[in-house]
Amino acid sequence: MLLLIPLLPLLGFLVNASFGKRVSKAAAGAVACGAMLASFAVAVWSVARLVQLEPESRAIVDQIYSWITSGDFRADFTLRLDPLSAVMILVVTGIGSLIHVYSTAYMHEETDAEYARYFSYLNLFAAFMLVLVLGANFLVMFVGWEGVGLCSYLLIGFWFQKKSASDAGKKAFIVNRVGDWGFVLGVLLAFVRFGTVDFQEIARAVAPMSPEAGFGTVSAITLLLFVGATGKSAQIPLYVWLPDAMEGPTPVSALIHAATMVTAGVYMIGRNAVLFGHAPQTLTVVAVIGTATALMAGTIGLVQNDIKRVLAYSTVSQLGYMFLAMGVGAYAAGIFHLYTHAFFKALLFLGSGAVIHALAGEQDLRRMGGLKSQLPITYWTFLIGAIAIAGVPGLAGFFSKDEILFRTFAGGHLILWTVGILTSLLTAVYMFRVVFLTFHGPRAPEPVGPEHAEEKEPAAHAVAGPAATGTHPPQQSGPTHQVHSTHPGRGAHGSGGAHLHDAPPAMALALIVLAIGSVLAGYVSLGGRFEHFLEPSFAPQPVAEVADQGLELTLMVVSSLVAVAGIAVAAYFFVKNRRAADRVAEQFAGAHRVLEHKYYVDEIYDATVVEPIRMTSENALWKVIDVRVIDGAVNGVAETVGGASELLRRLQTGSVRAYAASLFLGVVLILGYYLWP
Amino acid sequence: MVPLNHYLILSAILFTIGTAGVFVRRNLITILLSVEIMLNAVNLTFVAFGRALGSADGQIIVFFVMTVAAAEAAVGLAIVIALFRHRESLNPESFASLKW
Repeated sequence: MLLLIPLLPLLGFLVNASFGKRVSKAAAGAVACGAMLASFAVAVWSVARLVQLEPESRAIVDQIYSWITSGDFRADFTLRLDPLSAVMILVVTGIGSLIHVYSTAYMHEETDAEYARYFSYLNLFAAFMLVLVLGANFLVMFVGWEGVGLCSYLLIGFWFQKKSASDAGKKAFIVNRVGDWGFVLGVLLAFVRFGTVDFQEIARAVAPMSPEAGFGTVSAITLLLFVGATGKSAQIPLYVWLPDAMEGPTPVSALIHAATMVTAGVYMIGRNAVLFGHAPQTLTVVAVIGTATALMAGTIGLVQNDIKRVLAYSTVSQLGYMFLAMGVGAYAAGIFHLYTHAFFKALLFLGSGAVIHALAGEQDLRRMGGLKSQLPITYWTFLIGAIAIAGVPGLAGFFSKDEILFRTFAGGHLILWTVGILTSLLTAVYMFRVVFLTFHGPRAPEPVGPEHAEEKEPAAHAVAGPAATGTHPPQQSGPTHQVHSTHPGRGAHGSGGAHLHDAPPAMALALIVLAIGSVLAGYVSLGGRFEHFLEPSFAPQPVAEVADQGLELTLMVVSSLVAVAGIAVAAYFFVKNRRAADRVAEQFAGAHRVLEHKYYVDEIYDATVVEPIRMTSENALWKVIDVRVIDGAVNGVAETVGGASELLRRLQTGSVRAYAASLFLGVVLILGYYLWP
Repeated sequence: MVPLNHYLILSAILFTIGTAGVFVRRNLITILLSVEIMLNAVNLTFVAFGRALGSADGQIIVFFVMTVAAAEAAVGLAIVIALFRHRESLNPESFASLKW
């Protein structure tokens, strides 16, 4: 039965990929959403079955077939549902379904074929992601791992006619290759060391060993696996692809580059918690890298002007938090943050998508503002997401972030905790900067947009037509949608109309459900229930229950205060006194420039990695090795044969008697040789 | 009884005649006939040796050679007819176009 969970989206992919061009958008969307919802239903049913089992033996194993058998090596295509993968499949199918529904409206202006292509990729992604989280050994996981990378590439470059989009796709793919190289080496080393690639068997083999004091094999395995995680989950040094990935359609950013795929690295560490627990060196590296990434991305997020880029850096920063949690051994807290983050980050991305949609492709924060009254649904849901991510008590983000910070502090990592809390402040500031710049204040003057999209009216109607019925505020129904571009992302039309339309029903539905989730998702952890649920997956839990109630409460107050302070700072700079923000930027012009250029990391990589490779390829590999050596060898052989033939062809005169004479002469010579006394 | 050498000399003369015919004649049919003379020169050698050594092997091989010669004549003449239809000529020099 577990097989159905990834199989249904795969079927959706096959149907849309084969027949999508010929069917209407409604049919393509229905197939894709239906496949996801069915998969969600099966996932819920499977998890319900899982919960009924005894906590000690809480796992459903589904061995599909024996995949590879070679000597001692054996890898089955086995799916395994345990509490950890249960959380993941619910996130992937649940949030995935919502984003599918949202996309039906968001992508509506694409042509039928493009629309079907989009949904086929999205379904394929879901299928691979589910294989990744359900796989019972490294090889099955690797299938999903590579598959989601492929889908990420396809979807980032979805608008491949745009150079920047296809470049971003390639960048994501190539940077991920570097990570995957580490991952594969880690898996191979694990096989050499333990003789198996099955997660359970590796955990059983490593459990009796004592944690490695120095840097041994287990440390090497885990460090290599972590290289894979930095690629997929966008950590230093391989995070550079994620901000560029925002070239893809916004729902894709929400699903793949915020809620699910990028958390694969965190999940992978959680899956191998026992293994990582035996490599304290690696865990330190994980925690330090995670914290550094969180801080770095947070600071960059402060000054970016593209709404999606801010969210992208925010994602990188939150992923850093998850790795911090993993690094200090608070696996459950990390997975918990993964789970809550999926809600509010998907919500924020979808909300930004609704803004971009309403503004006909505008993504620059400086050209937004004052949208609060015009996009009420988007505004309120986005605000809830921002409050949740900032860590205000009562919403999802607070529970998980607080848990991570508490565990860090309780583990004695004071420096990491300080950086973490600083990042938490930054999170609140940059998120509310986005909120205030987008929805509050005056509407920034439009850049010149001569073509008013009057002629796009039919498309706008097609999107917003059904909005007229139902539960939406009156202003967005009726014939007031004056502005609609062909294309979010490509659209360059100015939004001249005074009335922008709020999210159409399919989008509003996803936003509202996610907003509810962002508020309520945190409450499942009350009384340590979430942690308790995950315990079988991480057993033996490496962090002892040292819960000092007083300490926990103090830290909770501190982090709440930090969140509120962050919001207050943002409110001061971006609502009350925007000049002050500019003044600060001028005062620290140098720092501001460094942040705006993202610490020049792209430039540094360009100079140290990309350019040398390009130069070597062009000057050595292409112009010398390829042209001289390889082409030279091939052409040389051809020329030698040609020259020899030029000589030999003279023998073929076409005169029968000449042939006969040479034959005769030959026979005489041979006989003469043998008969000569 | 005629000694073996006489047969061999006759055979050598016939073979030389045949070879010379192949080289000097400019008619494809004559060339084919010259080839037949060469073959029969060889046959004569076989039979002569067979008799001199008191063995039947020589005669058996001659039968084979005759069979092959008959087949060769059939195929060769068919080709000659085809070539003649093509070029209206029996001169081998006129069939020299199949070269570089």
